[in-house]
Amino acid sequence: MWKFHRWFERHSLILVVGILVVVSIGGLVQITPLFFIESTIEEVEGVRPYTPLELAGREVYIREGCYVCHSQMVRPLRDEVERYGHYSLAAESMYDHPFQWGSKRTGPDLARVGGRYSDEWHRAHLENPRSVVPESVMPPYAFLARADVNTALMGNHLRANRFLRVPYSDEQVASAAIDARAQAEPLNAHAYDFEQRYPGAAVRDFDGNPQRVTEMDALIAYLQMLGAGIDFDTYQADAPENTR
Amino acid sequence: MTERERDSVSGTETTGHEWDGVKELDTPLPRWWLYIFYACILAAVIYWVLMPAWPIGNGYTKGVLGFSDRNNVAADVGALRSARAPMFERLADASTVEIAADPELQQFARAAGESVFGDYCRTCHGAGGAGAPGYPVLADDVWIWGGSLAEIEHTLRVGIRADHPETRMSMMPAFGRDGLLTPQQIGDVTEYAISISAAGARLDPNRAAAARGAVLYQEQCAACHGATGAGDRNFGAPSLNDDLWLYGGSREEIRRQIELGRGGVMPAWEARFDPGTLRALAYYVHEMGGGEPDAPPPAATPAAVPEPTQNGPPSAPLR
Repeated sequence: MWKFHRWFERHSLILVVGILVVVSIGGLVQITPLFFIESTIEEVEGVRPYTPLELAGREVYIREGCYVCHSQMVRPLRDEVERYGHYSLAAESMYDHPFQWGSKRTGPDLARVGGRYSDEWHRAHLENPRSVVPESVMPPYAFLARADVNTALMGNHLRANRFLRVPYSDEQVASAAIDARAQAEPLNAHAYDFEQRYPGAAVRDFDGNPQRVTEMDALIAYLQMLGAGIDFDTYQADAPENTR
Repeated sequence: MTERERDSVSGTETTGHEWDGVKELDTPLPRWWLYIFYACILAAVIYWVLMPAWPIGNGYTKGVLGFSDRNNVAADVGALRSARAPMFERLADASTVEIAADPELQQFARAAGESVFGDYCRTCHGAGGAGAPGYPVLADDVWIWGGSLAEIEHTLRVGIRADHPETRMSMMPAFGRDGLLTPQQIGDVTEYAISISAAGARLDPNRAAAARGAVLYQEQCAACHGATGAGDRNFGAPSLNDDLWLYGGSREEIRRQIELGRGGVMPAWEARFDPGTLRALAYYVHEMGGGEPDAPPPAATPAAVPEPTQNGPPSAPLR
């Protein structure tokens, strides 16, 4: 025994390799099954990949560090379900790279914020949170309404997500820049094509400025679809086949 | 293994390792620590048996206790609902008079309504229904779509300019932005609107302009706001005779509203709340100040309302 031990103790490279082997056994036992256990790879009707505009909004959400104060996971606890709505499902984060579950709530959870407020409210709130929630400590994000979305880059964003297994079609990748614009411009000639490519996505001028597609458009489009996809009248999360 | 060397000072065995003449004592672990360690291992084994633990293939060991977060929360929420159910059932058919006559029910409706209002409504309508520019005051007795319990509840269910199929829908044209009236004409209509409202006393409308505006008003505005400006709840057209203004009551603000024709969006809550909660919320709002007596159930949503065109910010359905 001491003979092998001596080996590890005397040669730092062997020690490093030994540590790697032991640690990866732990990792593999914990992580690999998650790719195969049915309950963690379940697909739920109503969850769809983000549209280019929503994806741009998600980038803004991450860039501005919204996740530092807002979580996006309603935990399966009575009081959370009472306040926020149905608890989050793993499937709802399946197209998130990375997921935005968060670890701290200075502000409220946002997993079910979609449809809870009007676009106009979101605009007022992002421009000056105190104008609608007097006790809020959230910083203002008025500059988003003045920053255009770089739609030319959206194809790359979709491509990166496709690399991570988000099922974007070639057509969706190719028309990402057009789609990002079309979703925020109801009169856009491509609005119909957009709706064909992303059924169920909302098309409207989110930021109240029809001339431009701003980061405000993108962020509100993203917020308004959060948690709104699944119809919990038809999906029974506590049915025996879905129980876990 | 040979007999290990003992340290002469402490009498404890050494590990046998030696680094530059320094040797390491192999002091035994304290008994109490060792027993806790073994107990932890045993507890882990028991836990594997009782609780969901090991992955196998595409499933996992469920554990003999059948623990499931989803079932637990469903049971917790179910218990809460059934505890509230008797009160909600009584509430469901009660009129405002009946609720007011039953202190227990009234207290329940107030508490349930206040809790939901605080979470969902206060962010726009303000604490106590104080309102904000663009978000109507709920604490006064002026109602755009109707102030009886049934009308309030209907508004809560279907929302305003929301994505509900029966949503309350109306759109004021953007007379200025869309070029329906010239700036001169908008000025005239503004003076007329001031002259028929209680604001006329403080804003001193230009009589000549108001006379010109009166003609335009009858052509453009009277269909919804009424010939005298009394408003029409079927169209969600506010009264212009009082001195309460959703988007501000200065001359400039009134003019701006004629230019832009803004209209807010209230989400439809039918899918989010059960009927009892909606009734409690409606009662809470009804009680804020200006609730009107119960009327017969609301007529079907007005058919004469224009379809929403996908056109510009205030008009497009926002959800």
